[in-house]
Amino acid sequence: MEPISHAFKDNARRGLADPNLQRALARLKTGFQERRTIAAARLPEFEALRSQAKEIKDRTLANLDFYLERFEAKVRETGGEVHWCQTPAEAREAILRICRAAQAKSVTKGKSMVAEEIALNPFLEANGIEPVETDLGEYIIQLADEYPSHIIVPALHKTAEQISELFLDRHRQYGNTQRLEEVRELVDEARRIIRPRYVAADVGITGANFLIAETGSTAIVTNEGNGDLTQILPKVHIVIATLEKVVPTLDDAATLMRLLARSATGQELSTYTTFSTGPRRADDLDGPESFHVVLLDNGRSKMLGSEFQDVLRCIKCGACMNHCPVYGAVGGHAYGWVYPGPLGAVLTPFLVGIEEAGHLPNASTFCGRCEAVCPVRIPLLKMMRYWREREFEAGLGAPALRRGLALWAWLAKRPALYRPLTALAIALLGALAPRRGALAHLPLATGWTRDRDLPAPEGGTFQARWRARQGRGARTAA
Amino acid sequence: MSASDTGGGNARAAILGSVRKALGRGPLAGAAREALESGLNDPAPNLIPARAQLPHAAQVDLFVAMAEEVKASVARVGSDAGVPAVVADYLAQHNLPTDIVMAPDAALDAYPWAARPLLRLRRGKAEETDAVSITGALLGIAETGTLLLTSAAERPTTLNFLPATHIVVLRAEQIVGAYEEGWALLRRQGSPPGDGGFMPRTVNLITGPSRTADIEQRMQLGAHGPRQLHIVIVGGEEG
Repeated sequence: MEPISHAFKDNARRGLADPNLQRALARLKTGFQERRTIAAARLPEFEALRSQAKEIKDRTLANLDFYLERFEAKVRETGGEVHWCQTPAEAREAILRICRAAQAKSVTKGKSMVAEEIALNPFLEANGIEPVETDLGEYIIQLADEYPSHIIVPALHKTAEQISELFLDRHRQYGNTQRLEEVRELVDEARRIIRPRYVAADVGITGANFLIAETGSTAIVTNEGNGDLTQILPKVHIVIATLEKVVPTLDDAATLMRLLARSATGQELSTYTTFSTGPRRADDLDGPESFHVVLLDNGRSKMLGSEFQDVLRCIKCGACMNHCPVYGAVGGHAYGWVYPGPLGAVLTPFLVGIEEAGHLPNASTFCGRCEAVCPVRIPLLKMMRYWREREFEAGLGAPALRRGLALWAWLAKRPALYRPLTALAIALLGALAPRRGALAHLPLATGWTRDRDLPAPEGGTFQARWRARQGRGARTAA
Repeated sequence: MSASDTGGGNARAAILGSVRKALGRGPLAGAAREALESGLNDPAPNLIPARAQLPHAAQVDLFVAMAEEVKASVARVGSDAGVPAVVADYLAQHNLPTDIVMAPDAALDAYPWAARPLLRLRRGKAEETDAVSITGALLGIAETGTLLLTSAAERPTTLNFLPATHIVVLRAEQIVGAYEEGWALLRRQGSPPGDGGFMPRTVNLITGPSRTADIEQRMQLGAHGPRQLHIVIVGGEEG
């Protein structure tokens, strides 16, 4: 999809005004947030596992070339093929070639964010191949012609009522004319309609949660079992994955598995974790006849060694967005591209450019909840700050903000001026709100006071109080 | 399709070159490379949770508790002879058909199925029309109530996903604590002749029946895979 991240403010306003979206987002708190807290507390080793997972990923990234070559060698030894692709266009072409060689008319797809990143579906359609999304959430948004609003729950933004309406409209072609009320009925109808598509598909495409260098295996994690039916029924299985998905050993994958579902949905483990190694063996009764891994760079190798290397540790659990107050207010579509939330705030500027996505690293309260729950301890705040600095250095951002920042910087470097001016400013602000302690209107700050009060400062400046406190401390110590 | 005719040869060199440039070095060689090689050829487990290192009887109990928590059902039976009756009872209780597709797995021949002639068994892979399947498992993993199933000629993977009811029969001795014990067993079993490694085409870790929470985060069982997962544990103290 074409990014619309530049329109973040309009997108966010729309999200805030959408009562259906607001109901859906309210469920995050009682759903994923509470369940993650419970799951983490149930495993005493959880924090130690997080540290170990970070170490595994760091070690892998420091030797990424070695592990990728070893992974490729093992895929070949087990009868599969690896297709190296630098760009989304190369990845799309590689997939199309494989589909053409299989004379594919339809392909089933497991949920893959990388497939979203390379906009695979419209490309396949333009080339006469029908992509069929099989993950229920992806299926819903494919029917609605939308894009995911969450990396693990793509249709998070939709209510059951909206989905019921959508099914009524789009399933008429299968002879279904009844409006379904219950979630159970909606799930059953999707199951009934998608089931024959698995059998009819010539090619199955899945993503990967892990690529295992030790064995040349690819691993996917699902709850529905759709990723499994997608890969065992068609003749051809294509896996699309980016470079940083590789881990050294099955043991390393096990460590990450212990964190992934607990961080994502609060499950102890997702229902299905499947390791796929090569095509079916000579005497197997089922499974794909050929196995391809499309290994995509799309900027990852350039993130390596940069300030953004740490985000390559990401295991795409979605905990950062589940716990983000900004995501929780505006929803995933506000971010205007494939990856929403704090992850998107860091990744999207890298993948589509800071000129397009400059709003995203600014759309943060810096509360730090994303970092607090990230299973691989990615310093998301630090990286958002890097982007803000880059944006300022590149001369981007609103002129008024830039002038304000420049003035602040000039003043902050001159303490003899800064101290009396700030003391004067807070005394004035305090005097404006003698009893209430808050200001409902303030000239030059209407952007803030339009929607909320500005708390009025009380007492002296921070610096003055700090000096007084240090002085007391020194006397006490003496 | 080889790397060269997809243009992948150039992309491969460019990607690896870009990675090495970012890391500020050429291809790994010498001792550094050997250390990584040996880490892959002789892998060691990382931290294993205490709950995966209990005595065996406690591990079996944990397996049962965790599997039930994720809505699998579990039956325990003392002897091989009792297995067909347990299966027949389960199907009758749930009003399920007695036409069953069963893995052509010799491990399942130990149970006297003929004693229950009403169970009509076909051996092979699953078809769309099959409603009930029976398979074995390589292991049960206690820490999350997870079954580890491996593909082979006698263990088709479709049995684990197509039928609405999946019945898994395994012995109490097959229940271990941690995922890593599964990897160790697979490595010990080694590669079948002509295969490029010890991993079968498909290794499934299965934790409860299929589910989805994609609509309003409300959990529903039976999204695309089995609606019911029934685990029969043979032997062990409780049986």
